[in-house]
Amino acid sequence: MAKRILTALIGAAVMGIGAQAASATTLGDVKAKGFLQCGVNTGLTGFASPDASGNWSGFDVDYCKAIAAAIFGDPTKVKYTPTSAKDRFPALQSGEVDVLARNTTWTINRDTALGFNFRPVNYYDGQGFMVRKSLNVKSALELSGAAVCVQTGTTTELNLADYFKANNLQYNPVVFEKLEEVNAAYDAGRCDVYTTDQSGLYSLRLTLAAPDDHMILPEIISKEPLGPAVRQGDDQWFDIVSWVHYALVGAEDFGITQANVEEMKKSANPDIQRFLGVEADTKIGTDLGLENDWAVKIIKAVGNYGEVFDRNIGTGSPLKIERGLNALWSKGGIQYAPPVR
Amino acid sequence: MSIDATTPSGKDKPAGSILNDPKIRGIIYQAVTLLLLVAFIYWVAMNTSENLKRANIASGYGFLNGRAGFDVGQSLIAYSSDSTYGRALVVGFFNTILVAVAGIITATIIGFLVGIGRLSKNWLIAKLSMVYVEVFRNIPPLLVIFFWYSGVLAVLPQPKESVALPLNMYINNRGLAFPKPIFDSGSQFILLALVIAVIGSILFSRYANKKQAETGQRMPVLWTVLGLLIGLPLLTYFATGMPISFDVPVAGKFNLTGGSVVGPEFLSLFLALSFYTASFIAEIVRAGIRGVSHGQSEAAHALGVRPGLTTRLVVVPQAMRIIIPPLTSQYLNLTKNSSLAIAIGYSDLVSTGGTILNQTGQAIEIVSIWIVVYLTLSLSTSLIMNWFNAKMALVER
Ligand SMILES: N[C@@H](CCC(=O)N[C@@H](CS)C(=O)NCC(=O)O)C(=O)O
Repeated sequence: MAKRILTALIGAAVMGIGAQAASATTLGDVKAKGFLQCGVNTGLTGFASPDASGNWSGFDVDYCKAIAAAIFGDPTKVKYTPTSAKDRFPALQSGEVDVLARNTTWTINRDTALGFNFRPVNYYDGQGFMVRKSLNVKSALELSGAAVCVQTGTTTELNLADYFKANNLQYNPVVFEKLEEVNAAYDAGRCDVYTTDQSGLYSLRLTLAAPDDHMILPEIISKEPLGPAVRQGDDQWFDIVSWVHYALVGAEDFGITQANVEEMKKSANPDIQRFLGVEADTKIGTDLGLENDWAVKIIKAVGNYGEVFDRNIGTGSPLKIERGLNALWSKGGIQYAPPVR
Repeated sequence: MSIDATTPSGKDKPAGSILNDPKIRGIIYQAVTLLLLVAFIYWVAMNTSENLKRANIASGYGFLNGRAGFDVGQSLIAYSSDSTYGRALVVGFFNTILVAVAGIITATIIGFLVGIGRLSKNWLIAKLSMVYVEVFRNIPPLLVIFFWYSGVLAVLPQPKESVALPLNMYINNRGLAFPKPIFDSGSQFILLALVIAVIGSILFSRYANKKQAETGQRMPVLWTVLGLLIGLPLLTYFATGMPISFDVPVAGKFNLTGGSVVGPEFLSLFLALSFYTASFIAEIVRAGIRGVSHGQSEAAHALGVRPGLTTRLVVVPQAMRIIIPPLTSQYLNLTKNSSLAIAIGYSDLVSTGGTILNQTGQAIEIVSIWIVVYLTLSLSTSLIMNWFNAKMALVER
């Protein structure tokens, strides 16, 4: 019968029965397994999508690879679990995945009641609207009476309700569980409007039958700080996942790239030496539970933050998203990493 | 015990070895099983609560009073994002009931028609009915739902090209829009008139039956009942100065505004469940009719009863006894299959519950509510059908 109930039941059952094994640390578990189980999207081009032979790529996927590289020195030691917006939290809670790297908004509810931990924001986003150009709509404030397609289990459906209520607009929500279903319904004209994170809209527009017939409205109606999430209660693991992001940003800050990382090891700059773990008697990696050259391994695997961004969703990709808020703090954005020291 | 002692086996039993007593052994087995079961449930419960604590997830049903914050596409009761989670669940519950009841009624009608059609002497009707059954019975219900949903969406026009139907109704890919009645003061009398008409109809048909039994005379029951049911409310409507007005759908910027709308999600789920379940009901009906011994209708014919009457008064009442029990399980299936609604975005209990589960993380609580609700729905359906079955059972003389 309902697959939905089944997944939930299994989730509940896993919580009830499985379990005792989780007494070890997540890092220990991952090392023992020999791979990282990473929760990603079911397929959002640029963020996480499988190609024809099942190889995953994307911005979020590179985070999975970076974590695996930091632990194993090998970015291929990852197994991916595609999760819908709704399934992602049970998957993380039940221990089915070790980390969720899946355009997930950091909210207080998820950080507390759902039992997760968030810290680094790897993409500062906000919610937007996409419409058909033929509707001649120029602003979201003209959308009263529209049918709006939205995916359930997201902050998106909550922001949507709040925005229309605050602006006294009527709308008719058309809510689906799976991304493909929302896409198909919007493409078939079931809705006038598609709403989700702006980054998602850029990606989804490319999958529509005629991308040029659609436009993204200027309004951004929410703050969507997206970042990796882990279960509460394992500070070491939380630190590792957080510092993988800070290493990526730090590398961009230092100008360390996938191409020049070996070169940079010879740098005379003590900050860079410490960052790359070549300082004498350093404990910069072992304190995290990793090797001292963990940052080198990450950069060799995926490059620095800027490279990851450009390759997957920025100028080097079909999505062509501007860095905007996600530029380094020194370049007018707000991406900022604490010092490695 | 006293009986046991007098039976030969009781006498022969070697004293002392209680374990050989099948009765005592039975009790021991049952006690051990019960103990194991209780221990297992206890272990699961303890483990669950411990794991929930470890995962820092709160438990309990208090969250149901929280503000839902999300909107629902279709609701039979007043609901907004300011309503509580509890109310959102009730909205989903009513939507489940709506599609289940509508589906059960339609599936029964189609199922009976097709089932009787399969026994028809008309070659075309019999073959068409057979094809219907074989096609729908052999496709998974989810596919049938997708078929209707994409079919419905593909065929229906965009809102700008809405097709106008009689009575100010319109259909487009946003659903079927129809005038919404607005009840002004005075309309309660119309409801009253309807109630009186229903009671009057029941009394009249009882009287007519009695009269026929006594005198053999038949009264025009159908026409009288129809006249009562339609005429009386209509008369009251005019007498009270036409207190019901209609909010008619009109073209708006994006879609028609005003009136009531039944969305394509409901339409396709309803059609899919009805057509799918009808194929099973058709087979049950066919089996039921076949199950009535041929001698019965031959006897009726021999007594000079016309074929139509034979079917209605002799065959069908007996067939019903065979049909009702499996019919019940089809009704239960339809109700449970309605939870596939989520695939096409119809806001049923599973869909709204799932959203709440996701927003609050209260998986165990929501799943328990699902289980209790579906169990209650199934048990009530069974109860009603059992009552109906008892009523239909042959009165043995
Ligand atoms: N950032 C929002 C929305 C995230 C989200 O799930 N977005 C959708 C639409 S772009 C998505 O990625 N769906 C992909 C999937 O379900 O596989 C959240 O965390 O709730």
